[in-house]
Parts: sequence; C-alpha cells; structure tokens
Amino acid sequence: MFHIYCPYCEEHREEEEFHPKGQAHIARPAEPEACSDEEWGDYLFFRDNPRGIHHELWVHAIGCRKFFNITRHTASYEILETYKMGEQPTITAESLAREEKAGHVQVAEGGQQTVGASDAALASVKGAQG
Amino acid sequence: MQRYSGFGLVKHALSHHENWQRQWRNPTPRKEYDVIIIGGGGHGLATAYYLAKEHGITNVAVIEKGWLGGGNTARNTTIVRSNYLWDESAALYEHSMKLWEGLSQDLNYNVMFSQRGVLNLGHTLQDMRDIQRRVNANRLNGIDSEALDAQQVQEIVPILDCSKRARYPVMGASWQPRAGVARHDAVAWGFARGADARGVDILQQTEVTGFKILDGRVVGVHTNRGDIGAKTVGCVAAGNSGVLARMAGFRLPLESHPLQALVSEPLKPVLDTVVMSNHVHGYISQSDKGDLVIGAGIDGYLGYGQRGSYSTVEHTLQAIVEMFPIFSRVRMNRQWGGIVDTCPDACPILSATPVKGLFFNCGWGTGGFKATPGSGHVFAATLAKGQAHPLAAPFSIDRFHTGALVDEHGAAGVAH
Repeated sequence: MFHIYCPYCEEHREEEEFHPKGQAHIARPAEPEACSDEEWGDYLFFRDNPRGIHHELWVHAIGCRKFFNITRHTASYEILETYKMGEQPTITAESLAREEKAGHVQVAEGGQQTVGASDAALASVKGAQG
Repeated sequence: MQRYSGFGLVKHALSHHENWQRQWRNPTPRKEYDVIIIGGGGHGLATAYYLAKEHGITNVAVIEKGWLGGGNTARNTTIVRSNYLWDESAALYEHSMKLWEGLSQDLNYNVMFSQRGVLNLGHTLQDMRDIQRRVNANRLNGIDSEALDAQQVQEIVPILDCSKRARYPVMGASWQPRAGVARHDAVAWGFARGADARGVDILQQTEVTGFKILDGRVVGVHTNRGDIGAKTVGCVAAGNSGVLARMAGFRLPLESHPLQALVSEPLKPVLDTVVMSNHVHGYISQSDKGDLVIGAGIDGYLGYGQRGSYSTVEHTLQAIVEMFPIFSRVRMNRQWGGIVDTCPDACPILSATPVKGLFFNCGWGTGGFKATPGSGHVFAATLAKGQAHPLAAPFSIDRFHTGALVDEHGAAGVAH
C-alpha cells in the first residue's frame, strides 16, 4: 500500500486515490507521419520496464485529478520522489549509481517530496544498482 | 525413470515408501549445451520435455535462478480453458487443451487435470453480445462453447446469486465444459521428471547474469555458477523477460505487474466448476483440498516485488462476495503475488529476436498456466528448427511494428 505525496495537493494521501498510468517522459514523435514503422511501433508499444528505478506517471484520480510523476523502485516499491508535470526527476538510476560510487547515498533529500526511505530500503536500492 | 502405477504403489508400501527414486537429478553444469532454456517454470520445463521427446534434442539445460516452478507456476489460479476469440489464439490454446487432455498419461504423472467446466458470466447487454460472438467464433474453430441464460447458469451453480437483487444481475454466461483446473505444481514436476529422464540437465539455484554474444549471435550465458556455452538459447522467464532482454541489448513490448491471488480456509465441497466474471471482476474455483482459489486483476503499477497492494485484494473479495453472498464470512488463509509480463495486445510473444539463436517465449501475462503444454510444444519446435512453428508464427515480436496485433484484450473473457 502506497502513501503518495501529491505535488499539487502538497499532502500525503492513500494509494486508492491514485491511478498508475505507466512510464513517464515518453515524447510523442513531432511528426508521426514521418516515422518509420519501427519508430512508431517503439513509441506505441515498447516500454523500459526496468527492475530498479522507474519514472512513472500517476493521476490523483479522486483528488485534484492532476497528472504528476513518481520516481519509484520497482523491486522494493520505495517511492523516492514525486514531481510535477514538466519537471525532470532529481533522482535517476544514473545519479544513484554516481552517489554510490562517491560513497554517500542520500535519497531522502528534499524532505516533503519523499516518503521516508528506511535504511533497509536504501540498501536494497543500492543493491539493485550493483 | 521409475514408472508410477497402482502396482508400484502396492510394491513400495511393502518397504514403507522409503525407496522411491528421486524424480530428477541435481547435475553439475556442463561446459556447453545444444540448447539452454532460461526459466524452470512450467513453460520452460515443458519446452525441454518436448525438445527431448519430439525432436530428440537431449543435450539441453534448463537454468532456474530459484527452484522449479517457484514463480508464476506456483502462484496462478490453475484455470485451463481455450475459448479465445481470435483464430490465432484459439488455435494455440486449443492445441494446449488437447495436450492437457492426455498429459497425465503422457507424463506418467497425475497432473489432476479436472475438466469441470468454466463459466464466463455476462452482466450487461454488451457482455451478452460479446459472449454470443465469442461462442460462435469458438464453435467455428471447433472449440466446445455454449451461451447460457441466467436460469441455465443457476442450474450449474446453485450458490451463485442470479437474482435481480444483485448490483450487477447475472444475465447469462459462456460455458466451456472441457475447461477446468489442474494441479499446478504437479505440472512442473511432471515435465521436470520427464525431461530429466530423457537426459535434460535441470540446474536450479543458477542465475543468468548476462549473455555471451559474438557477431550478433548468442554463444552462451554467464551465470553465478560460471559461463555455459550454447548454440541456441530460449528465454521463458515470464515477469523477468524484460530484464533478460535488456541484458541481450534490446527491449520487449512488455510491462511486468504484480498479480495477486488468495485461498480461503478449506471448506466442504460447495463449488464444482470455475466461475469467472469480467464485469464484477473476479474468478473463483474450489481446489480438491477444499479451499476457494480466488483471483482478479493486476496491480496497475510496474512491480517485480511478487507482492501488491491491499486495495486490490479488497476489490477482488468485494467482487466474489457480490457474486457469492454465501462466502461473505469465509476467512482467507493465504495471499500472494506473482509477476506477470503483460503485452499490449494481451497475447504472448513466441519469437526470434534481434540476436541470432536467441528466442523468447514470454508475454503470457495473466493467463499463461492454461497454455503450459502447448506453449512448450510449439516453442520446442521453434527452437529445434530455428524458425517459428506455424501456431507460433502470428505471435512474432514483429507484430508490434507491422501492426498485425492479435487483440485479445477483453474479447476472450480474460478477467483483466
């Protein structure tokens, strides 16, 4: 069960108020007519589906009804941050890998944007990056 | 292989059942195999079995990171049916159904296949039109299928609430009498034993960590027990297929979701068929042990954690109680999740890939168990010949670029 921070309502709410809507940041081809079958098929059907950090679109369906983004770990289910449409994630698989290399993982930065990440969950996030 | 029989049972009783042979070996990996199958669930083991039995290819390894049949094979609700709408999928699932019908004899292993019939309920006029269409399509494809009205449904399942009082009154159903359930673990064990007896190495606790690819052709796999060479590799890894595809350097049109199921405390026999409803969204049967086996839809988010959200379980049980008020005070015993690899058109992928010699059998989504023998059978032929079996051909990965999808979503009485 998720406890999700809506960046528009600025509150943590129960998962049942939300619907997941799949991978975020998929750019629609600027000129669909100019796409090859491969490009168009990739755009329509192919998704990243990672075991690890995933940026995904959710809608606050029984709340403000706005779409927003969540960065979440798909094995530990830990929510690492939520951010508004049009914004870019501050936590990515690459950024976590870099921080791990530098020896300091600090996922829960930014306070209210993050559901409190336990040490165990952070360890599992780190482990999955390895 | 020690054959099982009534006589054998009596013979072993004399020695207090202490001398039964192990069902399969626990071999050390060889340096190289003709075929490596990644994934030791039902589909992977069936593939190995039919490779050995039908194609004489026995230098085969099945590589499993956990234990045999510990993934979705052990986590599904064991429903077997073949009443799919489109010709391509109906042919594939009916092929599987025919193999199910002789499977216990073929494997010399009781898979407890029970053809107790499956009802797909209709609750709206549109449901009933879709049912009529699907029943007609099934019959044209030689699949047993009937459209029933509410009274006929009530006669088959007296405990189902078919009254007008229900929030979504039952208006009728499609009925496939040859459909039913099977014992999921026995399916994995039976195929494993049959494959092992023909020389297939089953390597448990062996995790694939990468592929050895040379000039665009797969030549082996890296594992936690060292490198193993192979001429052909077949991936049958369900929810983890996308992860394997990434290792090989390409993407698949799959999303991995948790699908939850649950069983109740054991009850006396009360439900002797399988009831599915798309509209109130739940499905239920009663196992031979007496527990109600219940499932419904996937959790909507991506997940590899083999667990889902409580709210999904709650919705599932609301649907069951809506259909069966008699179960309102039954206590649930266990609940679990499996990771299903869902495809945009709700049909599987049985296909060659951009890497030569590497084949994928995945995308079965929420309904793979019923296809276990058929999937293994056609995938074995595909691996043996290096080109798609005629029944597998429509399920090539190319369809997501050509647009020739086999759109079974919602059309098949699939409850998701």
